[in-house]
Amino acid sequence: MAHSAVGVIFSNIHDDDVAELSRHRTMASIPFGGRYRLIDFALSNMVNSGITTVGIVTKNNYQSLIDHLGSGKDWDLARKDGGIILLPPYSDETDAPYTTRLEALMSITGFLNHRNEDYVVISDCDGIARVDINDILRTHEERGADITMVYHEESEPVRSSYFITLQPDETGRIRGLQISPKLKVGTNYNLYVNIMVMSREFLINTIQDAVTRGLSSFGRDILTKHVDTLKLYGYRFNGYFATMDSLQTYYKHSMELLSKPVRDELFGARDIYTKVRDSAPSKYGENAKVVNSLISDGCVIEGEVENCILFRGVNVGKGSVVKNSVIMQDTVIGSNVVLDCVITDKNVVIRDKRHLAGCDVLPYFVGKGRML
Amino acid sequence: MQRKKECVAMLLAGGQGSRLYALTNNIAKPAVAFGAKYRIIDFPLSNCINSGIDTVGVLTQYMPLELNEYIGNGQPWDLDRTFGGVHILSPYQAKKKSSWYEGTANAIYQNISFMRKYNPDYVLILSGDHIYKMDYAQMLRAHKATGADCTIAAIEVPMKEASRFGILNCREDGSIYEFEEKPKQPKSNLASMGIYIFTAEKLFRYLEADDQNPDSSKDFGKDVLPAMLNAGERMFSYRFSGYWKDVGTIDSLWESNMDLLGEDPNFDVSDSSWKIHSRNPLAPPEYIGGNASVHNSMIALGCEIEGTVNHSVLAANVVIEEGAVVEDSVLMSGTVVKRGAHVSYSIVDENVVIEENATVGETKGKGVGIAVLGRNITVAANVTVNGGKILDKDYRGE
Repeated sequence: MAHSAVGVIFSNIHDDDVAELSRHRTMASIPFGGRYRLIDFALSNMVNSGITTVGIVTKNNYQSLIDHLGSGKDWDLARKDGGIILLPPYSDETDAPYTTRLEALMSITGFLNHRNEDYVVISDCDGIARVDINDILRTHEERGADITMVYHEESEPVRSSYFITLQPDETGRIRGLQISPKLKVGTNYNLYVNIMVMSREFLINTIQDAVTRGLSSFGRDILTKHVDTLKLYGYRFNGYFATMDSLQTYYKHSMELLSKPVRDELFGARDIYTKVRDSAPSKYGENAKVVNSLISDGCVIEGEVENCILFRGVNVGKGSVVKNSVIMQDTVIGSNVVLDCVITDKNVVIRDKRHLAGCDVLPYFVGKGRML
Repeated sequence: MQRKKECVAMLLAGGQGSRLYALTNNIAKPAVAFGAKYRIIDFPLSNCINSGIDTVGVLTQYMPLELNEYIGNGQPWDLDRTFGGVHILSPYQAKKKSSWYEGTANAIYQNISFMRKYNPDYVLILSGDHIYKMDYAQMLRAHKATGADCTIAAIEVPMKEASRFGILNCREDGSIYEFEEKPKQPKSNLASMGIYIFTAEKLFRYLEADDQNPDSSKDFGKDVLPAMLNAGERMFSYRFSGYWKDVGTIDSLWESNMDLLGEDPNFDVSDSSWKIHSRNPLAPPEYIGGNASVHNSMIALGCEIEGTVNHSVLAANVVIEEGAVVEDSVLMSGTVVKRGAHVSYSIVDENVVIEENATVGETKGKGVGIAVLGRNITVAANVTVNGGKILDKDYRGE
């Protein structure tokens, strides 16, 4: 292997952006694409780049995440040396649990010190993409960068409460870096997609320095302040990148999976790993009508389904018409139900003859376990 | 105290399955795909773990590579254990002699030392060619309650088919007084399912005696069971009344796949109280396209369907292009049916390519048999593969 790197995934950062879906779970464990959780993409990218040790930084509501990850075997990360290492919040009499990314990094210095990989790949869970991390590491090494930040050119303003935009020059060196600037509609900009690479040694030194100087924000106190002195480089990612920054974009990106080029890019290589549930294959009834939809395993479809994402174990009863909707795991839709632009969280029950509708900019959301 | 397992299962998975023709050219019968995401062996293995039996020896001989790889360390069935778990038992070279498994009884005999390692009270003998869900724990309770030396699971079959089976003739209390192997004039319709529970020491004793007998064909049904009965051992039948199908022929394999379909299927694999575990494909959800039409079918992950699928079972990553029609068929993983092609009443193995406008099989009910395409072959554009034809090579027409 050309590079040795350890992964660090932040499971909670950005939780507030998609509050509806992260009420009972971390950003990392938000279901996406019929049978995945958001963290599956970050984890699979790391595994597919040869990374065998991934520390997962957690803070709140991480029960569903622990359940999802199990021993890590579904990602081939149940290892004697390394594998998945959960890093729950740490506090004692003097220290409260972390509130910022920098404080979180301070709390995992023990983990970082005990590894022997040369590099650290830090990723959040709010992005869906297939990223070649080895290529990022190669570029990082060639340029002799201190930090390489991955960015994606966007045209629509992002809705996150906290985000970073970059202005790289033609060599890739970042000359300007703004935190949550006001964005103009119709102007392209480079959005930092919350994946960065640096040497483990550099990260440990940076954290130690921050501790002694009482710094608290990675973006404000380290990146923006030292944009001229640090060798900060941007890595332009040109593939499909979807940022989950609101329920509306979650819905939009879900629907984008119905496009073949997007599906081929994300899933064509069949290398996105996820937890195995041993569901039976899906069954399509005598009068089922399914059009332009992604259907996961364990579904039983007796009605009509059009432009939908159906997660595992969804039932669609006779005479029901479900359109333009994202229906999560084990949702039961009775008979003669009409749904249009609806997102149901896990284990929702929709009784016979109910009609629910939202619209594409404001999908109707039904919370986990609700019965309507 | 010596660690022990109350009951050890031994799964006979060495058979060639020659009546499945092209489907078992390169793999053992228990590794044959079934029901869109399973293989035949998933059923006895899942039955074991669901019955609380966590020590399983799988005896392989014919074309074992794919089966070995599929079973791996047994993790998908929760059979990766530090004490117990699933173990592949292939024929081996011993100090004095080495031999292939010569029959079902000999295969078990050669692995007595494996069983003894677990110091079992009982041994469950299974075969890897049936589709069924069965609680072996219940059968074991019956075995203990009757104080039997051997208990044989049995199912009632239609009288006219009884002569195809090993028939058990029993007294009222279920004790067996006679075996008849494929009798011309059956006295009863109670057929042996090939599932036996033995009290371990009795089994070992009879296997050792059988090995010394030069006239024995080393088979459970023909030799060991009759020997036990003749010696007056206590042998009981255990009646099973659920779904049970021998999928050893093309027709029965097709039928059993179709039994999964329908609103109230003959055989239900989605019962969460008796999960069928398997190695899962690494694939996204299946995509059903804008012009697709899918009815009365079972479809696995990773499929891309743009054409018409009716009354069929499609395994993972099958592609049905626009204008293609698949009906009354079983398609195994990775198979591609191109634009305008028509597949009816067929079993198509893995990674077959059916080129544009080709026709495979004939409409069911016309009296012709099931067409079978072996794995990795290509059927050229515009050609016709007649119903009942079995192919294991690329086909460009007559």
